[in-house]
Amino acid sequence: MEPVTTITGTAVPLDRSDVDTDQIIPSDWLKRVERTGFGKGLFSEWRDDPEFVLNLPQFGGASVLVAGTNFGTGSSREHAVWAIMDFGFKAVVSSRFADIFRNNSTKNGLVPVQVPDEVADALLRAVEADPSLEITIDVSERTVSAPAAGIHSAFELDDATRERFLLGLDDIGLTLEHADAIDTFEANRPAWMPSIPR
Amino acid sequence: MAPRTLSEKIWDAHQVVAGGDGPELLYVDLHLVHEVTSPQAFDGLRLAGRGVRRPELTVATEDHNVPTEATDQPIADPISRRQVEVLRENTTAFNITEFPMRHPDQGIVHVIGPELGLTLPGMTIVCGDSHTSTHGAFGALAFGIGTSEVEHVLATQTLHQQVPDTMAVNVDGALPPGVTAKDIILAIIGLIGTGGGIGSIIEYRGEAIRALSMEGRMTVCNMSIEAGAKAGLIAPDDTTFAYLEGRRHAPSGAAWSEALDYWRSLPTDEGATFTREVHLDAAALVPHVSWGTNPSQVAPITAAVPDPDTLADAGARDAAQRALDYMGLTAGTPIRDIPVDTVFIGSCTNSRIEDLRAAARVAEGRTVRSGMRAMVVPGSWAVRNQAEAEGLDKVFTAAGFDWREPGCSMCLAMNPDKLAPGERSASTSNRNFEGRQGRGGRTHLVSPEVAAATAIAGTFATPTDLD
Repeated sequence: MEPVTTITGTAVPLDRSDVDTDQIIPSDWLKRVERTGFGKGLFSEWRDDPEFVLNLPQFGGASVLVAGTNFGTGSSREHAVWAIMDFGFKAVVSSRFADIFRNNSTKNGLVPVQVPDEVADALLRAVEADPSLEITIDVSERTVSAPAAGIHSAFELDDATRERFLLGLDDIGLTLEHADAIDTFEANRPAWMPSIPR
Repeated sequence: MAPRTLSEKIWDAHQVVAGGDGPELLYVDLHLVHEVTSPQAFDGLRLAGRGVRRPELTVATEDHNVPTEATDQPIADPISRRQVEVLRENTTAFNITEFPMRHPDQGIVHVIGPELGLTLPGMTIVCGDSHTSTHGAFGALAFGIGTSEVEHVLATQTLHQQVPDTMAVNVDGALPPGVTAKDIILAIIGLIGTGGGIGSIIEYRGEAIRALSMEGRMTVCNMSIEAGAKAGLIAPDDTTFAYLEGRRHAPSGAAWSEALDYWRSLPTDEGATFTREVHLDAAALVPHVSWGTNPSQVAPITAAVPDPDTLADAGARDAAQRALDYMGLTAGTPIRDIPVDTVFIGSCTNSRIEDLRAAARVAEGRTVRSGMRAMVVPGSWAVRNQAEAEGLDKVFTAAGFDWREPGCSMCLAMNPDKLAPGERSASTSNRNFEGRQGRGGRTHLVSPEVAAATAIAGTFATPTDLD
């Protein structure tokens, strides 16, 4: 993946909790075998409503999605992350992310900015009040800030994932550096484990 | 050694590289693959010039896109057909066992693993599908992964994973008659919420769990992800071993004895502690029905649609109101008065032989309400063939149910089985998200027994309501 260090831009306020993966990208879109082109499917059912926040011109060109708690709940579909990124977002702010969504984000360079409830809420209100509000996410420092709204907060990101973001490292390449450890582990697996040669 | 929980024992036994505060590298014993979440992973391997490290620990099936009728014909939808063809091409190119449509071992990925004896206690199992937690019913550590992780497992047979918290959900006491595994898990999700299990592996414990069959345990573990949990599992016991003995890929002879000794060492040690514990009284449970658009929005069938204004939390209040608007429901309406036009019995949650037997007992000698579309979709060809050997298909068709071929079907509507806008289903599946079963469709999650009774009554009903 490409290195991600700092993201600066405006945001879209999605004031809903439990935004599930089926809303982010409906299942019809999962039939595609490509990794690109999912932006058109992002929230496609909700976008039928002209008043839906993603359709409002004042929020066009945003690079940060600020959402309610428990974002990305539901399925394992990485297509949800591909759709969010293909649409133009580089980070999602929420007070809680579903585990698989969070993992999928970090594999693709989409920053899951997990902040306390009150910070997420303050950011939502600030962006709703001022669509031009500039937000900066600093991956190195693990901070999110909107100086004009007086918001500054740390967010959680483990060291290994932070480093992968900053350097744009290939996960599989990193693992293959442990090939000897994998070989050793495999040599000691119990014989009763199933094996299904083709 | 300090006392450990079941999940900690499995985790420790699969640690390839310790992670400190960060993710650890875990070995994967079995990688299940289907057509939807794998094509981009195989493409990634090709782009990087990598191969599949252990094709013999990898098994693929076709399930999400497959039609549930006329499967002897090519899939009509060209995009679905292409996705299935790509799976066949990829598994051929990378030398992986694959079960094509109508193969006797083909079915929903989480139904065939246990059926074939591929799912065993103490294993780590992953799949690009969130309902992989199903396999936890056997005391395996099983969880869903995204496509990048699928590629990672294909290339390395390992995964980076953050060490999860542990959570005990104790279901104490005995279930009353007519209350099922599905009602247990719906009640649990209602209790802890869709995010209640985030970062945790849930171990289901207690008398009511021990009393469940393997099918019932799979139903419970299947929906762990609906509570946000990384995985859900149940300690292996004699019920588990009896189910496994003699299955095609389960060990036999000396290997069976060796495995059995190990499996008996897996249950959580006396004195081990969980990060969090929750208790549920099985004896107080009644059949549950979801009323909203996430699986924590559930109520006993004896209750009414809740009034969002009575909810203390503002976020939950907004979510409940939006859910009622989408579902076309009015607060205060008794659940039993809600009319239903579609019944779906199937999915990786409730499409196993025991689920079909339970539904057939309700359907036997009765007739599906006029105007109702009622479909039964077995989880695999093995389930379908077993059901037909027992005459269940005849019971269903005589009552007016549509007896179909296996697949994920209307659980997520990637094949032609969909709800039309405004249609309302009683569904034995796992998700009631907006549009899950078709754009504008309204899904209520229920057990197979309630689904079958509802097909006959036309409104939500339990089997005893029909007497």
